Amino acid sequence: MNGVIHWFRYASPQSFYPLAGRVAPWFGALAAVSGAAGLWIAFFVAPTDAQQGEAYRIIFIHVPASWMSMFLYVVMAGWAGIGLALNTRLSAMMAHAIAPTGAMFAFLSLWTGALWGRPTWGTYWVWDARLTSELVLFFLYLGYMALNAAIDDPRRADRAAAVLALVGVVNVPIIYFSVQWWNTLHQGASVSLTRSPTMAATMLAGMLVMAFAFWMYAIAVVLVRVRAIMLEREAHTDWARELREAAA
Amino acid sequence: MSWGSASEFFAMGGYGFYVWGSFIVTAICLAVEPALLALRRKNALEKIRLEKATNETAA
Repeated sequence: MNGVIHWFRYASPQSFYPLAGRVAPWFGALAAVSGAAGLWIAFFVAPTDAQQGEAYRIIFIHVPASWMSMFLYVVMAGWAGIGLALNTRLSAMMAHAIAPTGAMFAFLSLWTGALWGRPTWGTYWVWDARLTSELVLFFLYLGYMALNAAIDDPRRADRAAAVLALVGVVNVPIIYFSVQWWNTLHQGASVSLTRSPTMAATMLAGMLVMAFAFWMYAIAVVLVRVRAIMLEREAHTDWARELREAAA
Repeated sequence: MSWGSASEFFAMGGYGFYVWGSFIVTAICLAVEPALLALRRKNALEKIRLEKATNETAA
């Protein structure tokens, strides 16, 4: 078997558990360092916006939080789909571990958006395509968690929640393209892959650093949560009972 | 740097409520989530320990 990579080695909870435990603190440290750098740029380097004054500084958390809410949903649906297709235990646990963090970022996207909308648009909320589809994303996360919690048999709950996650993934491109498809109050994308960004370089840098920080935070938290889920679900297995941290 | 004083910084050009309302709530969320997770992990480990102890006395 020389030279063969054991791809499935880390697909079992007992081997993924210690690996996740080793790498999670590093992601947490990266999140703290880049978060501090991002806040520094956001408040002390980026200039005052000519039109919006200081209110625009909400962008440094609003845009990264919105990106994370959509990105995490796609990753969650991906794990759910793999779990459904291959029937692997770890995949469903990963999907469950992502959901609460994704819901939190969706909430933060809506919350910071409301606080940004009030001074710039004159209203906390409008039933606009972008805002409504992001609200639907938030409810999809909550629905996923509720459905998972409502079914007693964990394996059946995994499959039902996975179907919901996969159906709901349609909403992500709707959020992304909503500002182009409908005439909305929400502005179009300031950053896109196809053209140069329509904002000052320092503002863009601050936003990207904050996005990186949120990303690292999400990885760290999801790894810690998946470890907790493994302990809860595999409590009766030998590997969990033999863990040093479970010693009396 | 565009701030003349600390009070100017906290005022955020009159948008303090909106800017700090966003950043503080985000900070609270990012602090509470790991704290809840630490608790969840502690409870899960406690449950395993408890079950092990019960099984040993029963055996």
